[in-house]
Amino acid sequence: MLSSIGNFLLLLSTILSLIVIYTSFKNLNEKGNLISKNLFTICSLQCTFIIVSFFTLVFAFIISDFSLVTVYQNSHTAKPIFYKISGTWGNHEGSLMLWLIILTIFSFLFLVSSKNKKKEFRIYTLIIQNLLIICFLVFLLFNSNPFGIVTPVPKEGLGLNPILQDPALAIHPPLLYLGFVGSSIYFSAAIASLLTNYSGKLFVNAIKKWVLLSWSFQTIGILAGSIWAYYELGWGGFWFWDPVENASLFPWFSMTALLHSLIVLEKRDKLYFWVIILCIITFTSSVAGTFLVRSGVLNSVHTFANDPSRGIYILSFLSIMIFGSAILLLKKIKSNNFVFNTNSKETFILVNNWFMIFYLITIFLGTVYPIFTEVLSDHKISVGPPFYNTVIIPVVVFFLIFMSIGPQARWIKNRFDNFKQIVSILICSLLINFCIFYFFKSYSVLSNLIIISSSFLIISSFNDAIKSIKKNNFNISRIISHSAFGFLILFIGLNHNFSIEEEFNLKIGQIQKFENYNIRFTNLNLEDHENYKAIIGEFKVNNLDKNFVQILKPEIRIYEKPSTLTYEASIRSNILEDYYVTMSNIDRSDYYNIKFQKKPFMIWIWISVILISLGGFLRLFRHENKIY
Amino acid sequence: MKIKFIKFIIFFIIFFVLSIFFVSLNKDPLYSTKDLEGEKIQDISLNHFSKNEIISNQDLKKNKFTLINFWASWCAPCRLEHPYLVKLNKEDNLKILGVNFKDKKQNAIKFLNDFGNPYDYLAKDTTGKQSVNFGIYGIPESILINKDLIIVKKFIGPLTYNDYIKIRGAVKNE
Amino acid sequence: MNKIKFIISIIFFLFVASNILAASINKNELFKNIRCLVCQGQSIADSNSDFARTVKLVINDQIKDGKTEKEIYKFLVEKYGEWIVYNPPLNKYNFILWFFPYFILIIGGFLIYILSKKKDSA
Repeated sequence: MLSSIGNFLLLLSTILSLIVIYTSFKNLNEKGNLISKNLFTICSLQCTFIIVSFFTLVFAFIISDFSLVTVYQNSHTAKPIFYKISGTWGNHEGSLMLWLIILTIFSFLFLVSSKNKKKEFRIYTLIIQNLLIICFLVFLLFNSNPFGIVTPVPKEGLGLNPILQDPALAIHPPLLYLGFVGSSIYFSAAIASLLTNYSGKLFVNAIKKWVLLSWSFQTIGILAGSIWAYYELGWGGFWFWDPVENASLFPWFSMTALLHSLIVLEKRDKLYFWVIILCIITFTSSVAGTFLVRSGVLNSVHTFANDPSRGIYILSFLSIMIFGSAILLLKKIKSNNFVFNTNSKETFILVNNWFMIFYLITIFLGTVYPIFTEVLSDHKISVGPPFYNTVIIPVVVFFLIFMSIGPQARWIKNRFDNFKQIVSILICSLLINFCIFYFFKSYSVLSNLIIISSSFLIISSFNDAIKSIKKNNFNISRIISHSAFGFLILFIGLNHNFSIEEEFNLKIGQIQKFENYNIRFTNLNLEDHENYKAIIGEFKVNNLDKNFVQILKPEIRIYEKPSTLTYEASIRSNILEDYYVTMSNIDRSDYYNIKFQKKPFMIWIWISVILISLGGFLRLFRHENKIY
Repeated sequence: MKIKFIKFIIFFIIFFVLSIFFVSLNKDPLYSTKDLEGEKIQDISLNHFSKNEIISNQDLKKNKFTLINFWASWCAPCRLEHPYLVKLNKEDNLKILGVNFKDKKQNAIKFLNDFGNPYDYLAKDTTGKQSVNFGIYGIPESILINKDLIIVKKFIGPLTYNDYIKIRGAVKNE
Repeated sequence: MNKIKFIISIIFFLFVASNILAASINKNELFKNIRCLVCQGQSIADSNSDFARTVKLVINDQIKDGKTEKEIYKFLVEKYGEWIVYNPPLNKYNFILWFFPYFILIIGGFLIYILSKKKDSA
């Protein structure tokens, strides 16, 4: 029943998309500067249908209708209602459905919110958006149908992988997709802009809020993923340079580059083609990321059930998109005169783009390189944290320095009249580093440089803030995002250098001592829960320096549906540090493997990222206030 | 001219990357250590299963071929491959070295009593540390080496009938 | 002039003072750089599998025997292939991986230099 409703609605939406495209072309030939009312009606209808079909799927998950394959494979009656709902997008088909609903709503919102823009530009954007919608609908209907049925209807579902049953992961895909899909709008707008010669400041006005919106959501979405990994995967890290994580970074970097070069296009009417290229790269890299994740060509922690036919579909879609836009772009591109003064704000923004592209290419290369070696030489390699750390971190130092100086530079022609200030800030940050180093712990040259440059950025940002308050020209979002980025790098640096990690095997009643800690394995309990059994260990962690005792209770959970073991970390967070204990059983032995970690400034890393995206959101509101 | 060239290069790169992706879809995503065939095994030093002896390079250099088989009584697939090992035991050019992996002694002995003992040498690896030296990552795994201790073939997972035929063929060719 | 010299020497001193460092093998870092072959994209530091435990034992022994980080990586690559290390060694297969990013960095810098060198005509 639900299956037929869903399929019918999807099919209807496909037809409506075709009608939208047809009506749009007809509308283009008509005179007048208004879009016909019909188009609005059809679009809102299409939007409604897709929303309804999405909620049909959600409903199927809520009532556990196992006649649907997706529900059968990813749900279970004994699952809490919250995870039944979030289970909707915890799988391949459902997540595509989520992608589709956001895509459609965004297209509609674009149409509604762009009233004062040129008609041709709006209509072409709409056409391209609808082509994308059709691609997704076809993919959903013919390859990854969320409404596929199983007969006979199973009594019980297979259940959702327990590590996905987590609040952070429930909100992670929607947030991330708001970022991914938001970029489709400016992809379409970029193509429309090439087709209709709608360029310059007008173009910036049309896409700026979409860039800000998608960037802010993307940032917070990546954060949600990291927090989930930290809490749930049980090894105490929050970033692993896993292919899937990298895939979410590709568009982030190009969005960040875009965000900055838009300012140049807005204020100085330059870099138009570069902005267009970035728009295209952002969306295509989102789709490329999706391809890498869903097709199973890469080995990653995040397993979607892999199926090469999906890969072929997404890849064909991607190829058409890239070739189409590349041909159009190369046809339209004119070598316009970007001439800048070396010492000007424009150059500094280009420097930002330079670094962003460097990060993007490095991470992309690292992610896909194993595919290349395998195809070309049958040689399997792994590219992981050591590669990214060696290549990227030294460059971050320079990036942070430029990022500190850049915002205060002037348009067109800058003078370094604040040279003295820069030097005094540099000395301040060196002193900070020296103090940390001298009083607490020694660390490597590179860590020194990272801490120096990030403190440099933070102090410069504050200095920037004070100056702009005086001048009454307060760009709060830039200052928040920039200084938060400084804090992020600083806290990551400190966290990296001051973490304590210790692994050992214990039996109940035993004590392990190291450095100034004393850990006693006091107890082991068994508990029955709604959908799992838990073995809960109890550990007394005694900090001998401060004579401070904490009790941590890591768990081993035994899930029945599907039958899996998960290891739940026990985490005690406070303002300065996190204590993190995981416990795992050792086969054929009554010892338990215990991993104790002390991770300083964890919450501050989260807070920094939240602040970075807050900067984006604040700008969004300010921007809107200005227009209306 | 210059611009045309740049355009060509851009298209070529895009085309190249995408076609690599297309090819990669047909690749097997699972990893195996089969690439290591042809490498030499070094520093063999295994504890004898029951006696206080060490089985070393010297012992294996005497044989034309040795099949090193990692097994345990708790490993279900090992039972599947066991009949083939018993059959291979009859080959003239082949000696079989069994390495009992992270197992209890009584269980291992019971296993051999129940299913037969195909091993010319029997070693034990109670901690599993020795297995790393042979590049083992899950049992059962078998390695066929020649008298120069060079890996002729690696078998990951239980030996099948086809593997049995392959081993016989490889050993006969000598 | 003296003032500048003074400033530079302060900077230099602070930096050097922070850099008297002792390098030793960080076991946890090492574990994080080795792939657990039987897992999905995890390192042996993150995995509770039997394989990961065994490899950790072997590495602990080798560290006790005084082997360097490089020797340990080399040993594992010999036994399991390059797939096992997350740190791809610089060889004929991987040189593009290691050099291309820097190539991009240099090209990018060069482009900006060319673009910005011309005086603004506007």
